[in-house]
Amino acid sequence: METALLKSGSNLERVIQDGHFAVTVEIGPPMDCNEEIVLEKARLLKGLADAFNITDNQTGVVRLSSIASAALIIGEGLEPVMQMTCRDRNRLAIQADILGAAALGIRNCLCIAGDHQSFGAAGRLKGHPGAKNVYDIDSIQLVAALKGMRDDGVQQGGDPLDKKPPIFIGAAWTPLGDPIEIRPLRLKKKVDAGADFIQTQGVFDIDRFRDQMKIIVDMGLHERTAILAGIIVPKNLGMLKYMNSSVAGVSVPDDMVKRMEQARAAAGDDKKKARENQAEEGIKITVELIEQVREIPGISGVHIQAIEWEHRVPEILKRAGLVPRPGQPKGGE
Amino acid sequence: MIVAERKPLGEIKSFVENYKKLLIVGCGTCATVCLAGGEAEVKVVASGLRIGFLREDKEVEILEDCVTRQCEPEFVEPLVDRISNNGVEAVLSLGCGVGVNFLADRLGSTPVFPGVNTEFFGAAVEPGVWVEMCAGCGNCILHLTGGICPIARCSKSILNGPCGGSQDGKCEISPDVDCGWNLIVERMKKMGTLERLGELIPPRDWSTSRHGGPRRVIHEELVSGSQGDEEAAG
Repeated sequence: METALLKSGSNLERVIQDGHFAVTVEIGPPMDCNEEIVLEKARLLKGLADAFNITDNQTGVVRLSSIASAALIIGEGLEPVMQMTCRDRNRLAIQADILGAAALGIRNCLCIAGDHQSFGAAGRLKGHPGAKNVYDIDSIQLVAALKGMRDDGVQQGGDPLDKKPPIFIGAAWTPLGDPIEIRPLRLKKKVDAGADFIQTQGVFDIDRFRDQMKIIVDMGLHERTAILAGIIVPKNLGMLKYMNSSVAGVSVPDDMVKRMEQARAAAGDDKKKARENQAEEGIKITVELIEQVREIPGISGVHIQAIEWEHRVPEILKRAGLVPRPGQPKGGE
Repeated sequence: MIVAERKPLGEIKSFVENYKKLLIVGCGTCATVCLAGGEAEVKVVASGLRIGFLREDKEVEILEDCVTRQCEPEFVEPLVDRISNNGVEAVLSLGCGVGVNFLADRLGSTPVFPGVNTEFFGAAVEPGVWVEMCAGCGNCILHLTGGICPIARCSKSILNGPCGGSQDGKCEISPDVDCGWNLIVERMKKMGTLERLGELIPPRDWSTSRHGGPRRVIHEELVSGSQGDEEAAG
């Protein structure tokens, strides 16, 4: 990273620029307007990460909006990374929300395509599979639009902005997605477009991830953007198997599945114990993954996703030696 | 071509059951080739409706016709004459949506109902299987993507794909749907042009697509009726 003026003044940007190993944690908003759920998660996680991603209608399910949730956690003293999908908004709505987010003090934005609306939480919920999607611009064009607004003071359509939104620009990367040979090139495209930081899809297969990162380092991309390795916390055997078979770009090594199987089997018929054993094994796996990605050249941090399991995150971060975090910025905005 | 699928007979019947004299009209072009609304399908629908009405003791006279194309005046004008001269109370078109519209614009007070669902612009990839290949978006970028269209064949119509949802060559929406961007990557690999995908494709101008409102193409030399040089229209 260049040691120039901060682009956004966000805590995440500062932590990265100061050379610390960055930590972001995902917070999933509820499917209703209960702000207490967001606030409770915020209180639980306060001070444990450098910034907190707020998902945007994750898995194609309507949830309390990312912009409102982000504003809520700012009120609790946490720094949000507002996720912004291209699925639900055209370029007018996206830019309006970015300006609104900046006005509310949001300083990080993760630009993503968004799961297709047919997902409906992978069939567990009804969702809105008949919705009309937007995809007016794609995630890379969104990165470029945001950079244009921040650095050049122009809207995507060309009209000027008197006050530029100071946003630290993030993008997602699926390092092991198919077709795999295009993935480094696509990351480069995101960096060229202006991505300041990258949060990857959850990584379980460390060896294959290391191979992809070798290519990225050879391309020098790690010096132009901060790459945070995605860590999905596996709660149990079912989740691990589901992710391996059904989540694009995620492959789970056999020995990891076996470990989880053994943890479950060790409890015999005791279902409660089986659950506890798997949870403990899942946390062990998570801590090991964090330690392993930390050793991979080109990795600047981790992005932890404990889906509806945020209450176990403090323990994970402590066991991984990632707390306390570098000092919070003084004065905020 | 335009690919269509016949509507369920029950739905079609619900449109037309209150009329005494119907004309069912097929289309001899796209709807025939995709087995949705050609001469054969007109017969099938007519028989189905006759049986249905007979069971309910309804007397409905059903006329049948099939024109070469429902989207050109020279084929549609005689049809309009037949409808008005024969006391036809309602028309069921088995042409694509264009055919239904074209008739509706010309039929005065006579209702016209759709007998097919118009699906997409596609090709027959194997006997009995048609796949969407063009979205008719009005500004072709196939020169950038190896001849494979990301607008029509990517579920998100993204221009700088593939997204993270591509797996084993399939799209995240279904294992039955090819990932359009995987096709693009494979094709450009074969052509030795994969590196070109490193260039950012900027946001496109969707005003050439449906988003700019209803579209038209005009060949001035034909509109003015001039007999001048046959230059390519600009």
